[in-house]
Formats: sequence, C-alpha cells, structure tokens
Amino acid sequence: MRRGLLLFYFIIIVGAIFIFRLFYIQIIDDEYRISPLNNSAVRVNYDYPERGYVFDRNGVLLAANQPSYDIMVIPREIKDLDTLELCNLIKIDISEFVKKIEKSKIYSPYLPSVFLSQITKDEYAYIQEKMYKFKGFYIQSRSQREYMVNSAANVLGYISEVNDDLIQKNPYYQSGELIGAQGIEKQYEEILRGKKGMKFIQKDRFNREIGSYREGTFDSLPEPGSDITLTIDIALQQYGEKLMQNKRGGIVAIDPKTGEILTLISMPTYNPNLMVGKERSKNSVKLFGDKFNMPMYDRSLQAQYPPGSPFKIVNALVGLQEGVITPETSFYCYHGYQYGSSSKAFMACHCGVVNYPIKLNMAIYKSCNAYFANVYKRTIDKYKSPSKGIDAWSAHMHSFGLGDFLGYDLPIGRRGHIPNSEYYNKNYKNGNWRSTATISNAIGQGEVLTTPIQLANLTATIANKGYYYTPHILKKITDKPFTDFNQKKVTTIDTKHFEPIIDGMFQVFEIGTARYSRIETIQMCGKTGTAENFKRINGRKVQFEDHSIFIAFAPKDNPKIAIAIFVENGGFGATIAAPIASLMIEKYLTGEVLRTAMEQGMIDKSLEYQYQKQLFSLTSFEKTTK
Amino acid sequence: MRKQRNNIFYGADLLLILLYTSLIILGLINIFSVSSTASNFEAFSLSTRFGTQLLWIGLSIPFIIFVFFLDVKLYERFSSILYIFILIILAGLFVFGKNINGATSWYSFGSFNLQPSEFAKAITALAVAKIISESQFDLRKVRSQWKVFLIVLLPAILIGLQPDPGSALVYLAFFFVFYREGLPWYYIFFGMFAVILFILTMAFGKLTILISLIVLTIISFLYLRFIKMRKFKKFGIDIIVILILSSTFVLSVDYIFNNVFEQRHRDRFMVILGKTSDTKGIGYNTDQSVLTIGSGGFMGKGYMYGDRTRGKFVPEQDTDYIFSTIGEEWGFVGSSLVIVIFTAFLLRILYLAEKQKNKFSRIYGYSVVSIFFLHFMINIGMVIGLLPTIGIPLPFFSYGGSALLGFTLLLFIFIKLDANKVYEW
Repeated sequence: MRRGLLLFYFIIIVGAIFIFRLFYIQIIDDEYRISPLNNSAVRVNYDYPERGYVFDRNGVLLAANQPSYDIMVIPREIKDLDTLELCNLIKIDISEFVKKIEKSKIYSPYLPSVFLSQITKDEYAYIQEKMYKFKGFYIQSRSQREYMVNSAANVLGYISEVNDDLIQKNPYYQSGELIGAQGIEKQYEEILRGKKGMKFIQKDRFNREIGSYREGTFDSLPEPGSDITLTIDIALQQYGEKLMQNKRGGIVAIDPKTGEILTLISMPTYNPNLMVGKERSKNSVKLFGDKFNMPMYDRSLQAQYPPGSPFKIVNALVGLQEGVITPETSFYCYHGYQYGSSSKAFMACHCGVVNYPIKLNMAIYKSCNAYFANVYKRTIDKYKSPSKGIDAWSAHMHSFGLGDFLGYDLPIGRRGHIPNSEYYNKNYKNGNWRSTATISNAIGQGEVLTTPIQLANLTATIANKGYYYTPHILKKITDKPFTDFNQKKVTTIDTKHFEPIIDGMFQVFEIGTARYSRIETIQMCGKTGTAENFKRINGRKVQFEDHSIFIAFAPKDNPKIAIAIFVENGGFGATIAAPIASLMIEKYLTGEVLRTAMEQGMIDKSLEYQYQKQLFSLTSFEKTTK
Repeated sequence: MRKQRNNIFYGADLLLILLYTSLIILGLINIFSVSSTASNFEAFSLSTRFGTQLLWIGLSIPFIIFVFFLDVKLYERFSSILYIFILIILAGLFVFGKNINGATSWYSFGSFNLQPSEFAKAITALAVAKIISESQFDLRKVRSQWKVFLIVLLPAILIGLQPDPGSALVYLAFFFVFYREGLPWYYIFFGMFAVILFILTMAFGKLTILISLIVLTIISFLYLRFIKMRKFKKFGIDIIVILILSSTFVLSVDYIFNNVFEQRHRDRFMVILGKTSDTKGIGYNTDQSVLTIGSGGFMGKGYMYGDRTRGKFVPEQDTDYIFSTIGEEWGFVGSSLVIVIFTAFLLRILYLAEKQKNKFSRIYGYSVVSIFFLHFMINIGMVIGLLPTIGIPLPFFSYGGSALLGFTLLLFIFIKLDANKVYEW
C-alpha cells in the first residue's frame, strides 16, 4: 500500500497544479482577460454620427461639417508592406511612417487606430484606388468640422485627437478619435458628438469576418449629435472684432435680463478653420507658440486686469449699503487724497473739482479718486478692526460674482482677485495694517483683479439693480430652450441704492468722462476706467501704458445689453474703450451704426506700436542680462 | 446469489459510472460548441463532429454490455492472445494503414477509420496484469523486469514508429504499475532524475549543471565523511559513480536532443523552456490556447459564446485542445470543476484498484488509472502551457471514435473485474 501512495500523491499534486495554473491565467494574469476586443477574435466597426451644427442666437450657421477621410491601420494585420510606395502615396517620409506605426503599435497591435487623419477629398480619390495593396491599412470616412465664420474662435473652440490620458479615463474614446478641445466644442462635446454606433464582428484566426459577434447582442446604432444654438450674436461679435483689430483685449456683452452672453471677444484671435484638418497640428504649434500675441489665450475669460475706475461704482454701492454715506454725503478733493502722514501717502486725482463739495453723482461722472478713497476708508473703518472691515467689504464684492469663478458654461476661466483679511495678514506681519494700506482698492487698483466677463456681469447686475443671472453661452439644444441658468443671483446691496448710482453713470455720458461717446437716440449709462499696469521683468516692476477700460449698459430704463471692455495699453478709458462700447451698443440696439467717422477711427486705431515697444523692452532686457 | 449472477451488471461501481457519464456528457457539450460555427447550429447531423461523436457514444453501449457479458476469467485467459493479435494489427498498419496528418495510425473502413493504438493500451494493460500476477513472477529480479519492459516496449515502439510519439509516451504510465508491484525504487528515481537533469541542462546550459553536480557531490561527500562516518564507507563509491554517470548524461544531452528528437519536438521543447518565444509559428498553438483559456476569466463567457472558439483561433480545438473551449466558455469555475471531476475519477479507480483481492484485477486497475492519469496530465498540461506540445487526446472530451471506444473499454473491463470481486470471498 505504501507504494500505491506515489500515484495517489501524483494525482493530487497534478490536479492542484492545474487549478493553480488556471487560477493564474484566468484570474490573476490580467493581460489575457480584458474584453474580447483586446484579442483578435472580435473587431468593432464604429459608425460615427455627424456632429451637431452650431447656430448663433439669430439662427446664423456657425459650425457645420464636411466629409473627411482617415487612413486607419491595424498593426498586426500588416503584411508584405511596400513601405516606400505607401509613403510616396500618402506623402510622408519614412521616419514619420516609423513614428506613426510605433505609436499605433503601442496603442494596440490588434485594434485599428488612425494612421493619418483628415485627408482631403481630392487626396482620397487617388489614395483609395491603391489602398488594396497595403494589407492592414484601410480608409475610414468621417465628418470633419467646418466653421462658417472667421470669427468667435475663442467661443467655438476646436476639435482635436483625444490624448492618451483621456483614453485611459474615458472608455468611450479610441485612439485617434476626435474630441472637443476648447470652447463650446469641449463644453458641449457629448451633446454635439452624439454617440457612435458599434458593430461587433466575429473573426477567425485568418482574420476573416465570419459573422456578427453573439448575433449582434452588443451592437448599437449611432445616435446623431444635437444641433445647438448659442446666445452669441455673431453680427455683434464680428463687429466688435472689427473694431478691436490691431488692439489687444477682451469685450464681453451680456443680456442683463437673462444672463445670455451676446459677445465674447478676445483679441488678437485666429480663424477657427486653422484648427481643422491635416494642417491642424502644424497651425496649433504656431498659434500656441505665439507667446507674444497669444491668440489662443482667451482674454475675455482668462485675462485678469485691474478693473480701475468702474470698480468705484461697487465701492459706492457698498458704502451706501453699509450706511457710511448717503447720496448727499460730500467730500472735498485736494487734487488727490492724503491717506497718511508721509508725503508719499498721497493718491493723486485728476477730476479737477477743487474747493467744491463733491457728492456721489458728481464723483461718478467726474471719477473722483479722493471721493471714493474717503468712502472706502469709511467702509473699512466702520468695523472694529480693518480685518473685519475688509472681510465685510470682500463679502459684498463676492456677491457680485467677483473674486471667484462665475460658473458660466465655458471650459476656461480665472477667479480674478478680491483680497480679504487673510491675504493682508499674510503680507503684513502680525496683522499690523490699517485701512489706508489697502486704499488702492477704492479705485480698482492695488490687489483687485477682474476678468472682462466678471466686469460685464457686474455691469449687468447694476443694470438689473441688484441681481444677475449667471452668464451663459448655450441658448437651445435643437429646439429645446436651455434652462440651467435661469436662477436669479441676488447681491447683498438693496435695490434702492442702485438708483443714485445709475443716475451717476447716466451723467458719465451726458456731461462726464464719456461725453464724447454719447448718442442722442439711446440713453446709456457707463463708467470709464484707466488702469495702471505693470509687468514684472526679472523682479523689476516696469510700468507700461495704461489699460483703457469701459463698462456700460443701455437703454437706461430697460437695459438690453451690458458690456465691459478692456483694451490693453489703450490709454484713457474715454479714448478707445468708451467709443467702442458706445458703437457696439448702437449696433446691437438699432442694427446699424450712424457714427461712421467714429467707427472708422476705432477700426483704424492701432496699438501695435505699444506692443512692439513692450516686446522691445522685454527682449532688450533679456539681452542685457545675457 | 444465483439471482445476482443473472444480473450481469451487479456489483458495478455506480460512482465510477456516474463520473464516467458526467465526463462523457461534458465532453459532448463542448464538442457541440466547438463544432458549431457562428451561424450553423445543426445539432443532430452526422456531418458534424458532434453528430459523429454522439454516434460513437451510442455505439459504445453495446460494447459495454458485451464487456459485462463475458466471464471475468476470459480476460485473464485471452490476454496473451489479444496481445499478440494487437501487435500484428499494429505492425499491419505499416502495410495497410492510412496516413492521416502525417501518421499511419488508421485502418480505413469506407467512411470511418479505426485507430488500433487506442485499443492497444487496454490490451497491453491486460497483458501486463497477467504476467505480473503469475505466482513466480518477481519484479525485483532483472529477468522479470526485462519481460515486462518488453511487453510495454513492443507496442510503444510500433506506435512510435507510425509515427505517433504522443501515444507511445503514454506507455510510460506502466512504470507506475511496475513500481507499485515491486520494481526497485531507483528505476523510478533515476528515471525522474534523468528527466529533471535533461530539462535543467536544456534550460541552464551544460556548464552550470556540471558545476552544480560537482558541488553537490563534494557537499554530500563531506557530509558523509565528517558527520555520518559510518555510512561513508558504504556510500562513498556510489556517490562517485552517480557523479560520473550523471555528468556523462549531461554531456550527452545535446546529442540526445539533436539526434533522438525530431525538429518539431525540439522546437516545442524550446518554446516551453522559454528559450525561444515564437507566438506565430511553433508556439502558436500553446500561445493561442493559453490566451483563449485566460480570456474566460472567472465565470467564462458563457456556453457557445466563446468568441475565440467561434473564431477557431486554437487549432485542433475539438481534439487535443478541447480543454481550451471549457476554459473560455466556462471560465475558472467550469474548468477547475472539470479538473476536480477528473481527479475524482482517477482517485476512484485508484481506490478501487487498491481494494482488489485478486492480483490480476488490481494490476489491471492500476494500469487503467495510470494510463488515464498520463493522458490527463500531458493533455491539460500542454493546453494550459505547462508542458511541450505532445498530441494526445483528453479522455472522453476529445473528438475521436477510436479513442472514445478504447477508453470506454479500458475503463469498463476494470469495472467488470471490480464488480466480480463480490464473488471472490
């Protein structure tokens, strides 16, 4: 019997080894297990639906599609390839060929991936004829974007191939597929793209298709993308871009009644069609690489400027709400405002009203620095400590959507900056600082930063006398109105305080700083701004020409448009920003512009010399440091 | 007693028959899956392999009855004649045989072929049982050893020459029987030692193994010299002899490998050792088979839903590689269940064999379990990528009429012998 145990143990051990081995290859060893798609037995054929069209608020077609063709490759299936002939046919060189093959092999030797994307219709015709020679390669047709306007590139965005990170994260996408990468193409990718159809095909080991996999249980039909309508008024957008040519900056116009974004201009811009097709990656490198003009940088959403004088309006509202002033409270201006004992502690003012008590209304239309410095100081000093004062002030500011993301439906943005006590306590040791240390906040300089869209939203809030709707860009999905943003956001300022402010802003056009931009037919309210700005070059602060800023809304009694404009290095707010705002309001409300001389003046106005000067000082500095 | 005598099935081991039946049914289910194409689900047609297999199963029932019908004594009595008969039949293949897939292993009778080597196993087992059970026979004696070696070698050589090295290899199973019946342990020991040495030499190279052997010898030498001094005198010489023999063997591994084996065997061997990795040529079968089993995961893809089975990625999937279908469609759960059932089947035969009072029955039973075990080990070991590609069927699963019938006879002769033990009190 003892001898009989040998075979007994053999049987037990072999059985156990087999089960362990099965456990290893079927459960532990992941490589073998992943979906049927990862082995060559099943192939998926994708059916790509057409991407949804994009319209502006008036039904003008902005983005459509055109046919395009991709050359696909399944690396495992390549056989007897005449590499040179293929390279000649599709006009790439050998090194590029090798690179592309490697890339597709890394993605998967079994799965199709895009070898060369977006060849044109003409190229397709003769490549198609010879494609049969190259086993493992085939052509797949797909539609490609076509932008119908040379405008609003920052709004529309663009589509590009998905990157590897995203493929890992989102199983919907396969290597080489397209995805919205910026603008509404990114924001509303899932609505626009629809859902691709899938057909699972069973193959045999000779790679022949032998029928549908599991009788088509997993197959799905493509769901077409939905058309969308934007809130953008493309005519106004194009008009604004024309006025802004040869200038840098951002313009945002909002319908205060709904929060709909009417224009979202960032200059300089580019033709959206540059980011389509075979040339896309080349152009993309060029556009993203332009560190000087930065056309891919959306100044309307991403640029953070000191708001300058328009910020005085909010400070006045806070003062009224906190009860530190009434519309009748008056201050004197001494060509400025002395806020400390040293002679340096002086804020200059150019309002020119001397020896005359300045009340709120005049302070606004004359943009008196001294007045608002007084208001600001009173506001902060109303509280026991400047920390508490600044936090109360900061809370009011945040209720206007300043100092934080607004929450609009576009994929990029900046917070801007509204300082609070924490910020100053960090910068001043032991929290030892007084309200006067932050006095620049009174006139929208110093630590305060806003983006153009924040400022436009602020303008809309004033027009609405205390509330706003979050700005948004989507109006309709197919024919269904988009209602995600119809929630009213109320500020901490009572409605009654807006009346005197709006009156002051009305006077800005009537007799104030923007009187040259006044127009008879429309009652406009606005506020000019001129913001000092500095660039830090290797630790040294260099001052450049002031930014020209303007906010406005109209008509006064029934606001239909609220607008904010930043023109980089444009000088006084009244010289460039105010006329452009005025012209755009006229265009939007009346449909035409009668002030052709002013219009032409703005179109012709070029600030290129300013930018060249900046470039020169930057590069010359680099030279000297080298 | 008489009444029981009249029932020819009386005493048959029901558990074993149950295990046999479940293996047959599982095999049939999987052959159906493999032989159906994606669109063709014709079940009961003789034109499909499923239909043919079903026919063979039906055909084996009268054979089973026939086995039970015969008197037990006849098996013992006729084993010599049968043995000589099967040798003639095997030799006749070289003249009348039909060549299928490169091996002349079949007699062709019109539309169906018969493979005598599948029946030779049972007959050799009978012959071995008979000779060892003779009263004067003693496996400790060299003369007796040569006798049984010859009995096993003759059919093995004839089969190996067909050439069907896989089926010939199965005859190694008899060494379990010989060992059980008294063959000195060092036959088995040296046999295994040679196999392990061969594999290690192939894997790590001659020099490494030679050095290791010498080091091992020195260590054991020192051990005996200084710690077990009394045993030193007894084993000292033996150790030197073993060293010389094994070194010679190691040095001749290349010669054996290059001259005894054929190129395809060499290739398969190298793939398993990981010396060459070729997933398209030689390694294709194993690679695809392992991939297919692995893709089954824990629960499998479901019956008839194995995409790799549908796509016929594994060659010979209804014969030698049938287990890969089980792995893919039934997953870890199903395939390990098959292993468990098979192991239970083997252990049951082993258990019954050991219980036999009659020496002939015991040796025959032991031969049966050894043969099934070798098939099981080599076939599944190959399919799951642990052993080199050696083409032998998985009993009751692989498609093939002769094999099915051969295995059934092999098993049921034992069941009959076992059933008879009740009369031998």
